[in-house]
Amino acid sequence: MSDFNFFLEVLIGGLLSGLMYSLVALGFVLIYKASGVFNFAQGAMVFLAVLSFVGFMELGLSFWAALPVTIAMMVLVGMATERFVLRPLVNQNENTLLMATIGLAFVIEGVAQLAWGVDVRRLDLGIRDEPMPWLADNFGIFVSELDITAGVVAAVMVAALAVLFSTTKAGRGLRAVADDPAAAMSIGIPLQQIWMLVWATAGVVALVAGMLWGARSGVQFALVLLALKAMPVLIIGGFTSVPGVIVAGLIVGATEKLAEVYIGPYFGGGIEGWAPYMLAVLFLLVRPEGLFGEKIIRRV
Amino acid sequence: MMDMSRTAASQADYVTTANRGFAVGGPILELEEISLRFGGVNALTKISFNVLEHEIRAIIGPNGAGKSSMLNVINGVYRPQEGTIKFKGKRLTGMTPPRAARMGIARTFQNIALFKGMSVLDNLMAGRYLHSKASFVEVALQLPRARREETENREAVEEIIEFLEIQHIRKTPVAKLPYGLQKRVELGRALAAEPKILLLDEPMAGMNIEEKQDMCRFILDVNDHYGTTVVLIEHDMGVVMDISDRVVVLDYGKKIGDGTPDEVRSNPDVINAYLGVAH
Repeated sequence: MSDFNFFLEVLIGGLLSGLMYSLVALGFVLIYKASGVFNFAQGAMVFLAVLSFVGFMELGLSFWAALPVTIAMMVLVGMATERFVLRPLVNQNENTLLMATIGLAFVIEGVAQLAWGVDVRRLDLGIRDEPMPWLADNFGIFVSELDITAGVVAAVMVAALAVLFSTTKAGRGLRAVADDPAAAMSIGIPLQQIWMLVWATAGVVALVAGMLWGARSGVQFALVLLALKAMPVLIIGGFTSVPGVIVAGLIVGATEKLAEVYIGPYFGGGIEGWAPYMLAVLFLLVRPEGLFGEKIIRRV
Repeated sequence: MMDMSRTAASQADYVTTANRGFAVGGPILELEEISLRFGGVNALTKISFNVLEHEIRAIIGPNGAGKSSMLNVINGVYRPQEGTIKFKGKRLTGMTPPRAARMGIARTFQNIALFKGMSVLDNLMAGRYLHSKASFVEVALQLPRARREETENREAVEEIIEFLEIQHIRKTPVAKLPYGLQKRVELGRALAAEPKILLLDEPMAGMNIEEKQDMCRFILDVNDHYGTTVVLIEHDMGVVMDISDRVVVLDYGKKIGDGTPDEVRSNPDVINAYLGVAH
């Protein structure tokens, strides 16, 4: 196999997993944009979502029955979070809200394991984790079918969310609410409905992300750590930018795989785990608002 | 269409024509015996007044008189403990700011509340929120209704931009604009909703004479051109007296005067509140 094909293989693999990082990071952006909260519980929501999905299937529901049930559940969880955690804390400073979401993360993780147990589950989406024959035969590039499917699903979700944020009524409302809640209400934007929509959407995003990651690496507690993987993506892309986190997800995915393969050997391997954070630190030094983040304008 | 309640002499500087686009009509907003308390503090005590359709109604009073509270009661930020509010003769209950907006009540804020990260154009487009109906799917697929709506909203916004003479800053992020222009953009955003009633909380605060005159001209033009009923708060008597049809005067949460600018100006209670009582 030629070196170039190998490079492409690593790159494609990296970009595909990058899309999945984008998806997790989008869950954060969604909530950060609308309520200025860094939702520490996003990882826990991913875990709860996919664990419940597998749990419902174990109870005898088919794939297509478990899916809407889990979506409905996540929408309810999102709405309940808005109602019982955020609404009572409205107008509190952002550190208070961050602490609340840390607390929420523990509650969700606890409830999820209490309800469904702590065993590692397998999630079979019926897609083979083997190289796609067409790519392998025609180009000599070996990329897993599961990775490609996950990449495509993530891309569709990301595109749908990008549209939702851009010019739709909800998207405009969301940006307005994020910028100035009092002004947003005065032009007729219902704050609480927007927040509920956002948390419900974040719940659905968490489910999709959880299913994709769960299918690949098993449904287990480690999924909550996905939240940490989203950090460098958010820092590079900017906390408030949808296109930013998409690009940043791709950059992070490609960087970690390429770094592992080409630079890793000099460090004795295993740099995949920290390479993205190094990149994020560099970005913090050079462009703290992220690639597409809103420039912080302060009038003095 | 002559409006008798205006005194022509004092308005010569601001009013472009003696005729006004819309004659003052019947009551559009009626406030009856409104009392608002915060804990033990009486912010408003049994205040009653009405606002007539197409008129310019001012609420004035010294600092802490309850002017902003009054405005916040009208658009549902605060719920008064007592009293009723009627809009077009219908009694309102459970008012919230979004509901007020849906009924056609737009407002500006004393400390400018613009979407600072957005451009002037986007701020005004946000003001069109209630005029957007297209669903997520329609926008995603750019179906005819979504495109038509976007064009309509854009046209409405462009008209306001021209009206307020802010073409040159349409793409500028509002945080970069000087104070006076920000106030004008905020007025534009409120107008973008095509409101029936416009509530202006100290639209001229902190402005120099020239900016104040501009703002007065815009308020009069809005009223004349769109027939918008205007309720405005001012701290300073001067300019407001010139552009208002009728004035309510508050002091310590109580109404101490109500009438045409001339009536109010000669009201001894008002003079006392502003100049102090001789002992």
